[in-house]
Amino acid sequence: MIPAQFDYLAPTTVDEALAALAEHGDDAKILAGGQSLLPVLRMRLNAPEMVIDLNKIPELRGVRDDGDHLVIGAMTRHSDIATDPQVGEHAALLQKAVHHLADEQIRHRGTFGGALAHADPAGDMGAPALALGCEFVIAGRDGVRNVAADDFFVDLFETAIGEDEILTAVRVPKHTGWGAHYEKFVRVAHQWPIVAVAAAVKVDGGTITEARVGLTNMGSTPLRARAVEDALRGQPATEDAVRDAAARAAEGANPPSDLNGDAEYRAHLATVLTRRAVLTASGV
Amino acid sequence: MTAVQEPTVEREIGRERRRKEDQRLITGRTRWTDNINLPGMLHLAMVRSPFAHAKIVSIDTTAAKDATNVVDVLTGADLGESQGACINAWAITEDQVTPPHLPMPTDRVAFAGEVVAVVVARSAAEARDAAELVDVEYEELPAALDLKEAATDAVLAHPDLGTNKSAFWKFDSAEAGTGGDVDAAIASARDGGIVIEREYRQQRLIPAFMEPRSVVVDPTGEQITVWSATQIPHILRFAIAATTGVPESKIRVIAPDVGGGFGGKLQQTPEEMIAFAVARRIGKPVKFTETRSESLMTAHHGRDQWQKLTLAADKDGKVTGLKVELLADLGAYVAIIGGGVPVLGAFMFNSIYKFPAYQFNCQTVLTNKTWTDAYRGAGRPEATYGIERMMDELAAELGEDPIEVRRRNWIDASEFPFTTVAGLEYDSGDYEKATQRAMEMLGYDELRAEQKRRRDAGDRVQLGIGVSTFTEMCGLAPSRVLGQLNYGAGGWEHASVRMLATGKVEVVTGASAHGQGHETAFSQIVADRLGVPFDDVEVLHGDTQISHKGLDTYGSRSLVVGGEALVKAVDKVIEKAKPLAAHLLEANAEDLEYVGGRFGVRGTDQGVTIQELAGAAFAAHNYPEDMEPSLDAEATYDPVNFNYPHGTHLCAVEVDTETGQVSIRKYACCDDIGNIINPLIVAGQVHGGLVQGIAQALWEEAVYDDSGTLVSGSFTDYLLPTTADTLSFEVDHTTSPSLTNTLGTKGVGEAGTIASTPAVVNAVVDAVRHLGINDIQMPCTPQRVWKAIQGAGSGGATPGAAMPHFSEDQPGQDSTEGAGA
Repeated sequence: MIPAQFDYLAPTTVDEALAALAEHGDDAKILAGGQSLLPVLRMRLNAPEMVIDLNKIPELRGVRDDGDHLVIGAMTRHSDIATDPQVGEHAALLQKAVHHLADEQIRHRGTFGGALAHADPAGDMGAPALALGCEFVIAGRDGVRNVAADDFFVDLFETAIGEDEILTAVRVPKHTGWGAHYEKFVRVAHQWPIVAVAAAVKVDGGTITEARVGLTNMGSTPLRARAVEDALRGQPATEDAVRDAAARAAEGANPPSDLNGDAEYRAHLATVLTRRAVLTASGV
Repeated sequence: MTAVQEPTVEREIGRERRRKEDQRLITGRTRWTDNINLPGMLHLAMVRSPFAHAKIVSIDTTAAKDATNVVDVLTGADLGESQGACINAWAITEDQVTPPHLPMPTDRVAFAGEVVAVVVARSAAEARDAAELVDVEYEELPAALDLKEAATDAVLAHPDLGTNKSAFWKFDSAEAGTGGDVDAAIASARDGGIVIEREYRQQRLIPAFMEPRSVVVDPTGEQITVWSATQIPHILRFAIAATTGVPESKIRVIAPDVGGGFGGKLQQTPEEMIAFAVARRIGKPVKFTETRSESLMTAHHGRDQWQKLTLAADKDGKVTGLKVELLADLGAYVAIIGGGVPVLGAFMFNSIYKFPAYQFNCQTVLTNKTWTDAYRGAGRPEATYGIERMMDELAAELGEDPIEVRRRNWIDASEFPFTTVAGLEYDSGDYEKATQRAMEMLGYDELRAEQKRRRDAGDRVQLGIGVSTFTEMCGLAPSRVLGQLNYGAGGWEHASVRMLATGKVEVVTGASAHGQGHETAFSQIVADRLGVPFDDVEVLHGDTQISHKGLDTYGSRSLVVGGEALVKAVDKVIEKAKPLAAHLLEANAEDLEYVGGRFGVRGTDQGVTIQELAGAAFAAHNYPEDMEPSLDAEATYDPVNFNYPHGTHLCAVEVDTETGQVSIRKYACCDDIGNIINPLIVAGQVHGGLVQGIAQALWEEAVYDDSGTLVSGSFTDYLLPTTADTLSFEVDHTTSPSLTNTLGTKGVGEAGTIASTPAVVNAVVDAVRHLGINDIQMPCTPQRVWKAIQGAGSGGATPGAAMPHFSEDQPGQDSTEGAGA
C-alpha cells in the first residue's frame, strides 16, 4: 500500500508547527503517532499535500503535576501513560483504559493527544477523558485557549480544534482516591471496542458519593452517561442499586449498527458493561 | 574403506527437529517474490472495477499514460489473446456451465475488484498514482449476490449463459451399489423412527495468507521466467502454456519462499496472466505485488454453502440414512478447482459412521462476487461440520450423551479396512481409543458435572461441551480416481535424489512448500532411509527447471504422496549403489547389508559408506562395466488410495448469557495421523489448524453489502484471531499407521481446521440448548448468541424435537436464520 505523494515538515517548536499549518491550511495534516493517519494515507482515503510531524517537538511530551490537575502533553505516548505513577495515582481511569488500547506496539507509538484529536468515537481514550472532565489546551496563532471536555468532541472525527490550531496538552482534574475501571467489549483482542464503558467512582462508607461514566462507541462522539451518574449519586455501592442505575446507560445515546452489532444490541451491552464497570470501580 | 564401526542409528524420523527453514522465513531475509528486483524492471498497478456487475462502456487511459514515468496503460482489448485465460481444471459434470474467464475482461465485469486495466510504470508508486487517472465508464447491471436468490436465476451473473446454475453433482448409494435407498430410509424413519432436518450455513471465508500475492515476470532470456507467490508452480506453468500458446518448454516458473497459502494460492490468477502478457509485450521484467485490500477483495475466497441435511435414525439412535443437499457459491467464475471443492466433501459426510444409506446432491451457483475455491480442508470441513452438528442434534433428540450416540454408529477398530457407504476404503483407525484419550485430556466427566451444576443454578455463565469426531480423505490423490471424477490432471508426485561428489545429498521434490516445513521433514526421511546426516540433505523445490515434474502442495498430500515418492527414489539410490559397493569391496552383492549409510560385508569389518560410493561414482575411475557411473535416482509415485486420518476433538466453552460472549475454556484433541515424522511440525500444523477452524466458528466472515461491495475488506472488519484470542491446546495422538504408504503416515495439514469448527459450535449450542436453542449461525458472534437467547426466552425458537419437514414453501429452518443472521 503506497500513499499518494506528500511533502513533509518536522518543526521543532509549536510556533513553527503553527506557522506551517497557517501556510498550508487544509492541504496539511498533523502527524502525531501516526497510528490512524498512516493507514488512512496508505489506503488513499486521504491525500494531504503536506504532513506536519510533531514528533520533533520535545515540549509536547510528558506528564507534569500542576496542583489540582495533571498536565499531559499531547505527544505523550500511550505507553507512557500506562506506566506513569502520577497518572496511576490521580487519574487511574486513564491508565485502566490505556491498557486496553489496541496492542503493545501501537501503544508505544500512538499518542494521547493524537488519539483524542482524531476523535474516533470507538477510540479508547475519549470516554475516560470525557468522564474525568479534562480540559483541552489548544494553541493557535493568537495564543492558547482551553476547551472543556463537554465542548471538545463535536461529531464523528470532529473536535473543537480549528484548522489552524494544534492540541498541545490535556489538563486532567485529579481524581485521587477514586475507584476506576474500563470495561471493554470486543470479539478479538486487537479490535476497536464494540462498546466500552469508563467509570470513575468515589465511594465513602459504602455509599457512592460521586460517579463519572463515559461511553465508547455509543454515538458519533464519546458520551457521558449522565443519567447513570445522577442515579448513582448517594446510592449504596451494591449490585442491585448499581444495576438499577446502569439500566439507564443508553439514554440519549445513538449507537451505530455494523458487523459487530446493531444499535439494539449495543444499547443492551451499554447497560451490562456500565453495571460491571461501576461495580468493579466501586470495589464490589 | 572405513574400518568397523557401530552404525550410529539415531533415528531422525520421530525427532522434534526445529525447522531448518525457519531462520530465513521468520526473519523475512529471504527470497520472497516481492524481494526480487531485476535490472530495468517495471511495476504494475491494477485498475479494478468498483461494481459487482457492469458493462464496460469505455476506458480512457490518456491522462494515466501522460503521468510521470508511466510506460504504458493496457486494457483487455489491448492485450487480446495474449492474455490467455484462467482455467477450470475440474468440470464436475459434462454439462457444467463455465463462463469464459479472461484475466482482464473487455466488455463486462462480473465482480467488484475485477481488473479492467493495468498501468506499467517505472516505480510501484508511480503506477499506483497513475491507476487513479484511468477513467473507466461503467454501465451498472443488476448483480446476483445472494446465493439462494442466485439459484433461482432471478438475476443472472452472466446474462449470456441464461442461468446461474453451473453444475448439479449427485451421489446416491443405492445407484452406486454402495448402500441403500436414502429416501426409503427417511420415509421409514418418519414412521416410528427419528428424522432430524436442519439447514446450516457455511459462511464465506477469506484465506488471508500472510504474504500477499506477488508475481515477477522476466521475458529477457530464452525462457520466460515467472516468479510467483504460488502453491502450484508446475500447474501454473501448464496453465500459462495451455492458454497463451507459449510452449511449456519456454516457460520457467519459480515459487521461491512463499508465505502461506491455505489453498488461497492454489490458483492461476488473472494478475499472473496479466503480468506475463505485459512482460512479453514490453520486453522488460515486470513486477506486481498486491495490497492487502486487493488480496482480501480479489484473491479467491473459501466455503460459502447452504447445507440442507436430513438424517434418519431408528428410535435407538442408530442412523439409517443421510441425505445432503448443498448450494455452493462459486462466485463470478469457476475457479481452478471450483465446483470440485464441494465435491471433495461428497465422500466425507458419512464420516466415521456406518450409515446404510446416503445421498449427496450439490448445485454449484454463479454469483457476482469474488470467485471461491480451495481453502484449508476444501470440502471436508463443510462435510464434517454438517455431520458433526447433526450427530449432536441426534443426541439431543435422544436425550443422550453425544459421544455415546457416535459410538453406536461409528466403525469399530476391528472392522478395518472398511468400505464406506460413499465407496471409499478406509485403511485404519481406532475411534474409540482416540475418543477415550480426548475425554481424559478434557476432563469430560468433570466438565459435564460442572455443566449440570451451572444449569441447575441458572448461572449467568453457562458451560457447553462440543464433540467432533472427524475423519478426512487426504493425500490427493490416486490418479485413476481423479480420472473417474473428470479432474484435469493426475495425483502422483515426483522426487529425485542426487548424490553429490562431496557426499552431500540433494533431494528434489515436486511438492512446493509454502511454510509447511518440507525441507525439515523430507530431510529427516532421507537422513533415516539413506543413513546420512540430517544436515547433509538439501531439499530443492518450487522451480520447474530444477524440479521438472510435480503436482505441488495442497490437500495434505506432500508427505503422504511426495514423501512416498522420495522413499522410492532413495531406495533406488541404495539399489544402484549396491553393485558399486560389491565391486569396490570385492564381495558378492548378496553378502552386503546396508545399515546406517554403509554397505558392510556380513561377518567382516569391511564396508563402504554411501558418501564414499558417491565420490567413487563421480570419479568413475573404477566401477562395474554394466553400471552407469551415477547413483542418482528418481521416482514418480501414484498413490493407491487416499488415507484417512481421524481424531476426536472436544471443546468446552463458556457462554455469558448476558452478553452472548463465547470464550473457550479448554480444547483437547487426540488425532490419529499414523506415524509422525516430526512431532514439532505436527504440533504446529494442529495448533494453526485449530485456530483457523475456531476462527470460522467464532470470528471470520466475508460480508458483502447489497451492491456487492465487500464490507469486510480489511482486517478491521475481517476478524482474524491473534495469539491473544487463543489458548493452549491439549494435543495428543494415537497411532494407527496408514497401510497405503511405506512410512505409515497420514496427512495432517488440514486436520485441525476440519475438526475444530463443529467442536466449537456444538459447544456453544450445548451451553444454551437448555434455553431452547438448537442452532446459532456461524460465526457465533456475541450478538447472534445473545439474540438467540432473547428469542428463545420469548418463545421465538423451537426446541429440537418438532422440526418441520422440508418442503417447497418452507425453505430453510428458522433455527439458522433466526439467530441474528
